[in-house]
Amino acid sequence: MPTNGKPESKMEIPGGLWLRCDSCGEILYRKTLEQNLFICSRCSYHFRISAKKYIEIVLDPNSFEEYDQNLVAGNPLEFPNYADKFGEAQKKTGYQEGFIYGRGMVNKQPIIFGVMDFAFMGGSMGSVVGEKVARSIRKARFEKIPLIIFATSGGARMQEGIFSLMQMAKTSAELALLAQDQIPYIVIVTNPTMAGVMASYASLGDIIISEPKALLGFAGARVIEGTIGEKLPDGFQTAEFLQKHGFIDVVVPRKFLKQTLSNIIEITWSKNRQAEEKLDASAYEVQ
Amino acid sequence: MPGNYLDFERPIQEVQKKIDELTSIPGYESEINKLKVQIEKLKTKIYSDLTPWQKVLLARHPNRPYTLDYIDLITGEFVELAGDRAFGDDKAIVGGLAKININEEKSLSLVIIGTQKGRETKEKILRNFGMPHPEGYRKALRLMKMAEKFNLPIVTLVDTPGAYPGVGAEERGQAEAIARNLREMAVLKVPIVVIITGEGGSGGALALAVGNRVLMMEYAVYSVISPEGCASILWRDSEKAEQAAAALKITSKDLHQFGIIDEIIPEPLGGAHQDPKLAAQYIKQAIFKSLGELKSMTSDELIEQRIEKFQSFGIFSNQ
Ligand SMILES: [Zn+2]
Repeated sequence: MPTNGKPESKMEIPGGLWLRCDSCGEILYRKTLEQNLFICSRCSYHFRISAKKYIEIVLDPNSFEEYDQNLVAGNPLEFPNYADKFGEAQKKTGYQEGFIYGRGMVNKQPIIFGVMDFAFMGGSMGSVVGEKVARSIRKARFEKIPLIIFATSGGARMQEGIFSLMQMAKTSAELALLAQDQIPYIVIVTNPTMAGVMASYASLGDIIISEPKALLGFAGARVIEGTIGEKLPDGFQTAEFLQKHGFIDVVVPRKFLKQTLSNIIEITWSKNRQAEEKLDASAYEVQ
Repeated sequence: MPGNYLDFERPIQEVQKKIDELTSIPGYESEINKLKVQIEKLKTKIYSDLTPWQKVLLARHPNRPYTLDYIDLITGEFVELAGDRAFGDDKAIVGGLAKININEEKSLSLVIIGTQKGRETKEKILRNFGMPHPEGYRKALRLMKMAEKFNLPIVTLVDTPGAYPGVGAEERGQAEAIARNLREMAVLKVPIVVIITGEGGSGGALALAVGNRVLMMEYAVYSVISPEGCASILWRDSEKAEQAAAALKITSKDLHQFGIIDEIIPEPLGGAHQDPKLAAQYIKQAIFKSLGELKSMTSDELIEQRIEKFQSFGIFSNQ
């Protein structure tokens, strides 16, 4: 269930020394913006960033070891123009597919870390994205370490038809097994996360975090407007809207993501609590 | 059921018209018999060579039997149960406790759940055109958990254009409701048999379709996106739906070849609506066959088989 794809290039970060904020129109110096993790210094708008950038922001330097980087999609439906579009996406992003995962550290705590990239065919989920997400979940289960996934997606990749749809069930089934083993799964939904990805692993985190103002939901705004025959109100399907309705735990600005994740891992992951559990009752007495 | 001929059925309609005309005049018996032979040949020819788009039209046929029709034709007893115990009762999904008679002495107890479309305008609106809200998916999950609790097998009947794209649906977490069903159905301890009876509309269909066996009616379709939606995104032209229907490979035959579905349930010539009783009979047989195959499995084996099935879906290579 893909959404009505917006032009993919609109909100990506172009080259050049100066950039214009998509939200407030402010002209920003690229270097400063980069130092500010691509957040507008005037209005706090979070520019869309690449999977690689999130690895830099969240993981300890040089701690990331990528797995399964060479899985490549087939074209089971022989869908018109798919091979070309796919090749273009590979060229543009330098990735084989739109989801990257591996092992890494957050403040020295080992985790399995996965991240999607919207620049790769709108972050659409086909067989490979689904398979790699499923493998990342399995890896976390086998290695018994927490799983963190950054999601961004327009939905399922329609060029792979029914195989794309089945990835929703595949990833969700893996998460059922992870949950049985009581291993923390933290998902960060970024701008935008919609449709088939939102209706599977992106909504199944023990803890669901969003970046401010991210567009999140099931159906695309244009589809809903087509159904109800009127314009949607401002702020509909934003992170804050979902939080208000009870579907997001916490909205965290990009700058504080790493610290928030680190805290959550430390508190939820029982291995880190072993020292704590050995304390006897007297330790809890207020001195 | 006469009337409601689709465009590609026009030749059949013409011959039928002739037959009807002649029937009212005495003395044309041999003419009529000739025409009857002709119409059967015509039907066999037309229905054995349908395009994917024509199958879409049959899957959406206004006379096609819906979940409650099948429940009525299949079950001996049915106690419909309502509500998600949180927000409301979604009429686009029905479900309840059922008994299917096997023979005079034996019957099979189970939970049946399905999406429900409406036939007349008023009922169409009541059923929201078969497009569930989150509370519908949550009701379905509640009933599935009940089935697990009382050790009853689950049968789901799926015929929906998709989950409803609306304001309330988003506010109440359509995505979350679907996702949760996908996760929870994977680990239910009882057998689940899924039958796509009409339209298998994307995530809204999948949310009831994580089964040990997934079957499809002959003219049903099952797709990641509607042909119209696909055409409007890819070619900015919903008129190209016919082309999209072919490109998306959504027929029971395609999905059986892909290994996505386990079996195709045959339909009466021309579609289930031509003979709903016969269609229901085929469904009943398919349910018995599938549940029979799953009967000897332990709950662990059922979960393992179901998860492995969905883990296996995907086409890729390691380069
Ligand atoms: Zn700004």
